[in-house]
Amino acid sequence: MLKRTDYLTKNYGKPDGWKLAAYEAAGGYRSARKALGMSKDAVIDEAKKAHVRGRGGAGFDCGVKWSFMPKESTKPHYLVINADEGEPGTFKDRTIMEQNPHSLIEGCIIGCYAIGAHACYIYVRDELHLSKERLWGAIAEAKAKGHLGARPFGKDYAVEIYVHTGAGAYICGEETALLNSLEGRRGEPRLKPPFPAQYGAFGCPSTVNNVETIAIMPTVFEIGGDAFSKLSELHGINDGGCRLFGVSGHVKNPGIFEAAVGLTLRELIFDLGGGVLDDRAIIGVIPGGSSCPIHKPDEIVDVAGDPRFEPYNGKSVLDLPLGVDTFRGIGSMLGTACAIVLSDAADPVLAYHNVMRFYRHESCGQCTPCREGMGWIERILDKIVAGTGTIEELDQLSDIANSVMGNTICAFGEGAAQPALAFVRRYRKELEDYVHNGGKNQTGTLTT
Amino acid sequence: MAFALSAERENELDQILSRYPNKMAACIPVLHLCQDANEGWVSADVIAFVAGRLELSTAQVKGVVTFYTLFNEEKPGKHQVWVCRTLSCALRGSEDILRHCEKKLGVKQGETTRDGKVTLRTAECLASCGTAPMMQVDKKYYENLSMTEVDRILDRLLYDGDA
Repeated sequence: MLKRTDYLTKNYGKPDGWKLAAYEAAGGYRSARKALGMSKDAVIDEAKKAHVRGRGGAGFDCGVKWSFMPKESTKPHYLVINADEGEPGTFKDRTIMEQNPHSLIEGCIIGCYAIGAHACYIYVRDELHLSKERLWGAIAEAKAKGHLGARPFGKDYAVEIYVHTGAGAYICGEETALLNSLEGRRGEPRLKPPFPAQYGAFGCPSTVNNVETIAIMPTVFEIGGDAFSKLSELHGINDGGCRLFGVSGHVKNPGIFEAAVGLTLRELIFDLGGGVLDDRAIIGVIPGGSSCPIHKPDEIVDVAGDPRFEPYNGKSVLDLPLGVDTFRGIGSMLGTACAIVLSDAADPVLAYHNVMRFYRHESCGQCTPCREGMGWIERILDKIVAGTGTIEELDQLSDIANSVMGNTICAFGEGAAQPALAFVRRYRKELEDYVHNGGKNQTGTLTT
Repeated sequence: MAFALSAERENELDQILSRYPNKMAACIPVLHLCQDANEGWVSADVIAFVAGRLELSTAQVKGVVTFYTLFNEEKPGKHQVWVCRTLSCALRGSEDILRHCEKKLGVKQGETTRDGKVTLRTAECLASCGTAPMMQVDKKYYENLSMTEVDRILDRLLYDGDA
């Protein structure tokens, strides 16, 4: 159900809306002040009540993640913010850093306190120069006001926040690759365990959180964890609050919209996104970044034996609330909740080629199945698109993707194999047309 | 000639070092700093300089340089243009934008104009999907591009030398 909120976005687009004055005029920094006056356990409990599912794509409960940090430790603790936004279709964190950076800074203060960290690194991809500038500016303003530094709000709990920059690598959005990159190494993912909470940045206990996950924390402490959770239609299945939804591709009004969890793809596309470009028919929707499987609009929700799905069974996938567990339940993934819409002006085979080219380009090369598999998939698709592919090769696409799935150090393997399998399953006919007709029935450009 | 930083940039390097518990962590930010000071690329001299300052082996620094796409191992043009080619931009016409840039600049993607002014590249998703198609010129994003806008931007780079 569509229920707009404006906790994160109320100052978006306003003149100087990203500055401290605007943030404090809207009640900013009260939550961090409040949290620093609570016990650490009480802060974690409040966060748990909010059921903030990680907004970076994995959907792990933020409060629970915080609780994994060791209570007794002689080593320093670190909070690391994943601001390496680069999942195709995803552009929400950038809006927070550019237009509401103080929400992230305030959230970092709360997060640092909760996990016992005195230092926080915000890992921003290098290309986001305006984001870095605004974050450094917000840090300076917060320090000057005494909200950040040796004694935030006069409390005896020092917090320092630093912006760290990447240098162009999608894989650094994977949390252990990000930690290696933060340490000055090649951004190759680490084997887990040990998990970051035991052995993270610089060998010390660390928590890695997404930008939006942390930026919403001031709201959680402002209205209370329970009240925050109940904003969501899915609070009963522990998917609480509101979040940023994005829509791009073939819609009339692409953008980022804040709404309560429970929003459906149909509402995102038609009510918020203004409908399909040129009023054409939808042929596919990727729910939240290109690592999620693509869905056709005529797919029907049919999950037997799970009472949570009873209200949705028999409905179109476009009418299923966008939640972590609702989409997991249908064998899909919510990801970053930034959808990409393909109308019938798009060629799904060329879209497939585009997506797999991305994964071949971004595979870090550490694990053989992923490094070689992505190359094989791209080369087969090169041939199919050029009209020289065969049905046997088309069949190999699924075999290769299945051989990558589960056989790599990090989740990039699954994130690449999922779309590889989903496109073959749903656009088999279009792919076969390319094989049989030599691709000459198509225009050669992704969108006509 | 051995690579060295200006006093101002040396100061910046010290500031970067102060943020981390060890010197190695400064590797990527310091490489950016040096690349900016070295006409946009990381030469063997730069690698030796960074390795020396951070007490790392040159192999370690070179390994970092080759891993990340934004470190140039050859001198790029005065300006760098990246056209995003990933799905959301491709659905909104980025292929046409790229072809247009190639034609106007007289180079293919990955190449630099003969006068050394512009290097044309493609980029994977730059987190600007809602304002597609888009391109990055040096440190600035240009979004919701039309061909007229692309012409205006490229003309400024080619004839005025500034974006």
